[in-house]
Amino acid sequence: MHLGRVIGRLVASHRYEGLSGVPLQLIQPLDADGEEAGSALVACTVVSSGPGDTVHFIDGREAAMACPETFVPVDATILGIVEEATNDSRVVAGLHRRDR
Amino acid sequence: MFLADVVGNVVSPIQCDFLNGRVLLLVQPVTPRDTPAGNARIAIDTVGAGEGDRVLVIDEGNSGRQILGASDEPVKTLIVGVVDHIELHGEHTYNHCAGA
Repeated sequence: MHLGRVIGRLVASHRYEGLSGVPLQLIQPLDADGEEAGSALVACTVVSSGPGDTVHFIDGREAAMACPETFVPVDATILGIVEEATNDSRVVAGLHRRDR
Repeated sequence: MFLADVVGNVVSPIQCDFLNGRVLLLVQPVTPRDTPAGNARIAIDTVGAGEGDRVLVIDEGNSGRQILGASDEPVKTLIVGVVDHIELHGEHTYNHCAGA
């Protein structure tokens, strides 16, 4: 599982049938210091996340297992909203990070 | 499996039901010679690890689900051991008791 930040939403009205009703969001992966790491990707979400939220997401086959329909073509799914992530007792991500 | 250092906690009050009550830790993969190796991940703790511990992490779904006895849950990254010491080419590179 990885740390990320939701940076946008997207709509694809024509999609694989098992994915209808599953929200798609753009996420930016974060590193251990809460800084951007790598390029943005599209993920399904199974929680009420939205732009600006720090989240944790799962990739690979397990991403589909989190969806309502589990045999679907998905490789990243947001599993939860992060309130706080710490590194060496510093808050690096989430609602409590002071510089965001 | 890979080696990682536990660098912090992840607090996630809103997440998929399966993860409720489980401890999520932020882990930074490292080489046996202490240098960071790749991006940080979030892992489910199964052994009572904490910040500062060097741990053994699996990042593979089937093994993870087997350990947790959850055959159809979105599980991938788990902490499965706390490392006591590492010997590399006859040289001790890590000793848990010494703290480094």
